[in-house]
Amino acid sequence: MGFWEIFGVWLAALLTLGIISFLYRDNAFYKACEAIFVGISAGYWAITYFWDNLYRKFYLQVSDPAGTEKYVPWIGFVLGILMLTRLFKKIGWLSRWPLAFIIGATAGLYMMTYFVSNAMVQISASILPVFEGSFGDIITNLLVSGGTFCGLVYFFFSKEHKGVFGGAARVGIWVLMLTFGASFGYTVMSRMSLMLGRLDFLFGDWLKLIK
Amino acid sequence: MKRNELIVYLLIVAFLLAAYFFFPKPLNFSAAVSIIIVVIMALAFILVFVRTIQGHFIGRRMVFVFVGVALLLPFFMQFKLPLQISPEVRSAYDALVNLPPGSRVLASYDYDPPSAPELQPMADAFIKYCFDHDLKVIIMGLWPQGPQQANLSIEAAFRENPALRNNIKYGVDYVNLGFQSGNEFVILRMGESFKAMFPTDLYNTPYDSIPLLKNIRNYSNVDMSFNFSAGRPGAVEWVQVAVDRYGLRIASCNTAVQAPQVYPYLESGQLLGLLGGMSGAAEFEDLTGKAGKASTYILSQSFAHVVVILFIIIGNVAFFREKRTKVD
Repeated sequence: MGFWEIFGVWLAALLTLGIISFLYRDNAFYKACEAIFVGISAGYWAITYFWDNLYRKFYLQVSDPAGTEKYVPWIGFVLGILMLTRLFKKIGWLSRWPLAFIIGATAGLYMMTYFVSNAMVQISASILPVFEGSFGDIITNLLVSGGTFCGLVYFFFSKEHKGVFGGAARVGIWVLMLTFGASFGYTVMSRMSLMLGRLDFLFGDWLKLIK
Repeated sequence: MKRNELIVYLLIVAFLLAAYFFFPKPLNFSAAVSIIIVVIMALAFILVFVRTIQGHFIGRRMVFVFVGVALLLPFFMQFKLPLQISPEVRSAYDALVNLPPGSRVLASYDYDPPSAPELQPMADAFIKYCFDHDLKVIIMGLWPQGPQQANLSIEAAFRENPALRNNIKYGVDYVNLGFQSGNEFVILRMGESFKAMFPTDLYNTPYDSIPLLKNIRNYSNVDMSFNFSAGRPGAVEWVQVAVDRYGLRIASCNTAVQAPQVYPYLESGQLLGLLGGMSGAAEFEDLTGKAGKASTYILSQSFAHVVVILFIIIGNVAFFREKRTKVD
């Protein structure tokens, strides 16, 4: 390991400790590490997007003498400039045009993709033959179909949640709670993994206690 | 800074410096020491539980200490947990195994270093498997740091098996197309032309001069895709655009946070398989026979989960105890 590599590991270790120190209490060391992180992230993203968008996607394409679509990036460039007019009060309204373009294009794409992938395919997948297959399959299919139905009943507000309808809505709440519980469990697992990564770095790469 | 706080920080720094200079490296606990540590932790929990019932509640910092210790100590222990392979990991693995040698696999690295503890072990095992079984890998990233993470996987594969350095050729057996901004619009455009989105690879080599990419125009020319996803853009966008519109076959490797969002796509058959979080990574490593970080991490995570479950029970006991005290 060279000097700069060791220096980098020590620096990363101290910054990690600085961030973890927040677990005890907010402190100056933590604040300094947080500020460094925010600053570096902002700088990193600015440079990445400068080189990737302005240089690679715009400059290289418009300056390519053999380029067949060399005028197309100018449309994006002009729209980008118009976005900056928000900085000037008198012509700020011009920034609505690129926003309209972005919203229109994104909404157009999402409308179809979400309708197909998240609505049609999912509806089709939850319409299951409930009395086919093994005993386990029957139970699973009943749970999926019944859970979907009761979840939908809970979100139906045009009828008062009373009687059988109210009972189905209550089951729907339970299904939702189970889903949130599973989500929370996975989130805890993920956060533990992040901490594991840092501990592995501190006790492995830095202190060399882990093989 | 208060005096107590300063003392705590100094103690931690002193411990770490002592560990740096004086502890044996690497540090390994024998089976007996490991059991003693587990017993001490169990006794500590019983003590906390009894004191909670008596009305003496512990602070949040003590919870952090317990979780931290539970995460750290298994690194030095010699236990190995038996793993139960879940059907979703098995189906992802089967999809990979069923590819004949020479198949082309598109691997999208849509994550960055913060998510590496969960996703890097999956990516490492995937790359090692592909290199060992002559699967051609086309790497790309919708996150700027993704292609660098892929290079780490490749380096790990070469480190583990140095012979691969001579056998596996860049541009023939694998290629790294680099990062492209534009999120789902990149996926959409790739449905027509990979070259339109990646005119050059990560090292500025023109698309047409890379042998591996010679007959690859769009998704119809790749046999399968593995997506390593930590958020947006990632697995959801790949399913919505590449799978449902272009019929690409995808197995998804996700962080645990994202896994519940992706599970419906597995049930509906839009995904071939799913590796969710650290457990998914450990199971995949087990199946591929490439024991890596996840196989070590999973023990720590299991310990920590037990600690969290116990604290949920203790927290509820404390809640009802406090409620009763107020009523009295």
